[in-house]
Amino acid sequence: MVPLDHVIGLSAILFTIGVIGVLTRRNLIVMLMSIELMLNAVNLAFVGFNRLWPGEPGAIAMDGQIFVLMVIAVAAAEVAVGLGIVISLFRNRSSVNVEDMSLLRW
Amino acid sequence: MLIGVIIKSLFILIVMVAGLAPVITWIERKQSAVMQDRIGANRADVNGITLLGLLHPLADVFKLISKEDVVPHGANRIMHLISPVIAAVPAVIAFAVIPFGGVYTIGGETISLVAANPDWGLLYIFAIGSIAMYGTVMAGWSSNNNWSLIGGLRASAQMISYEVTMGLSVVGVFMVFGTLQLQDMAVAQDGTFRIFGFLENLFGLALPPWLDWISLPAWGVFYQPLGFVMFLTTIMAENKRPPFDTPEGESEIIAGYHLEYSGMRFGLFFMAEFIEVLVIAGLMTTIFLGGWSVPWLPTETIIAAVAGIFGEGFATGICIIVHFLAFMLKVVFMIWLQMALRWTLPRFRYDQVMDLCWKIILPLSIANIFVTGAVILISEGGA
Amino acid sequence: MTAQAFLFYAFAVLAVISALGMVMNVRNTVAGAMSLVITMVALAGIYVLLEAHLVAVIQIMVYGGAIVVLFLFVVMLLNLRSDDFPPRRQRLMKLAGVAIGVFALSTTFRLFGGLPEPPLLPEGYGGYREVGLALYTDYLLLVEMISLLLTAAIVGALILAQRRIG
Repeated sequence: MVPLDHVIGLSAILFTIGVIGVLTRRNLIVMLMSIELMLNAVNLAFVGFNRLWPGEPGAIAMDGQIFVLMVIAVAAAEVAVGLGIVISLFRNRSSVNVEDMSLLRW
Repeated sequence: MLIGVIIKSLFILIVMVAGLAPVITWIERKQSAVMQDRIGANRADVNGITLLGLLHPLADVFKLISKEDVVPHGANRIMHLISPVIAAVPAVIAFAVIPFGGVYTIGGETISLVAANPDWGLLYIFAIGSIAMYGTVMAGWSSNNNWSLIGGLRASAQMISYEVTMGLSVVGVFMVFGTLQLQDMAVAQDGTFRIFGFLENLFGLALPPWLDWISLPAWGVFYQPLGFVMFLTTIMAENKRPPFDTPEGESEIIAGYHLEYSGMRFGLFFMAEFIEVLVIAGLMTTIFLGGWSVPWLPTETIIAAVAGIFGEGFATGICIIVHFLAFMLKVVFMIWLQMALRWTLPRFRYDQVMDLCWKIILPLSIANIFVTGAVILISEGGA
Repeated sequence: MTAQAFLFYAFAVLAVISALGMVMNVRNTVAGAMSLVITMVALAGIYVLLEAHLVAVIQIMVYGGAIVVLFLFVVMLLNLRSDDFPPRRQRLMKLAGVAIGVFALSTTFRLFGGLPEPPLLPEGYGGYREVGLALYTDYLLLVEMISLLLTAAIVGALILAQRRIG
């Protein structure tokens, strides 16, 4: 039996690591990867909770896993557009360091 | 249970991977030689016995092992060292779901000659293909070489694109057989079907008896001819087989992503490619050519025919051998087909490869899904 | 400890170590992406342990086989050699992150510490049939919206990454 509260705890740990990545790193690509990590942590929580409430044999509840599929699709879309933005930024400024993109800062 | 899995895995490893993959290198040399009207490699000998060149794979292994292992200057050592492993391991473990024999009951126990039969068997192959991509990408990047980088980028773009169309090409087969488990697909192909059967439901008439006996073996290739062609194309492109071998285009970017590899690491890439030939052959056989089944002779007929003369258990044993031989025959045919395709077609240009995937195969596969759905609806009486 | 629990802890440790490797890795972005792949495969292993087979395979195929490869594309195309030396104040951020982690963990165990035993699974749970049925009957609108979203993302990525000619 997989201990489900440890699954949620693992999800919390991974989410926090993702947050640390977004806050501390200044490389745009690593920040995007940390966002992916956060989305993965959320997926894990969804699947864990779905395991806890799988529904009756007549009416199986797959809501958590369907949500995970949607989150994966949204993550794919976000990565595609985000990396397109990174490429455009790189073409303009020759750097992917977020501190170099501070034109709108006060 | 576990013992069975271990025995089957060992059988696959010893017979298929270690036994057949070197033979495939020999097949490649000899078949290309025969196709090009020359003799091929036949000089490797042991005390003067050349065995038609079958000792060349052994000579290759010795040569590659004894070569110096070069890691280029400035390369990322760890990635350079583990890339061949990441490229080779998925090719070997893809055999876990390919059935090389049917489902038999021996002494009350059902054995199924496939190492693992999970519910999502075919998706496992796609997932393994996704992981195999990283070997080439990392090899291209970590070699600190522009040609390798170009080869690695081409490889990753090609492999991602053809994964999509690979999945879509088999949706038709999935709809026809209703299962993703490869063993169940092979079992479903173990019979025959009347090719004019769906006309009955379409026009509501009964077939005249002289048309009724025309039956084909219920193979995937007869249900889904377009799917067969598309899947063969896409899986050859996924494994970077010629004519889709722009990532390792020998005349353009020297050797692409395995340029900076020598010795046994190159041997691993080399072996991985030929094991993938075997995987392609096994997969095409299972999905489209009926797997281990003998055409027009379902399992029960064989067992009943042999059990009339010998005993029941002996009949099952003979049936296992017959099915395994049928499987190997079809695998050899698919290997021959891939080699023939390799040595006949010139290499595609890179933009032609991408065009083929996104502009030709993707719309065709979606159209295939529609037509398959329509035919299934009609042949089930419009329910 | 049953085999399942042992496997879960093994995958969990692997996932956490690879995630840390991705975030803390300052010099080599490609190695960071590879660590992310290891994290995702470990998470897929945990999904299999939680009987969500289809999601596990899709996780490997989509996340591990396409999304991270996109990251690798961009890193290789732009030939990014990482030079991300964090200044001193980043240590404060890391400390804050660790504090958040401790807080998150303690809240999690306080809220979910006494979860009941996972119930017996109905037949077909986690298989593609049930997910497909639910997707195309109950959640059909979601599927259509996701397809629109993905089309928008494709068009957006194409336009953003185009070279302007002239």
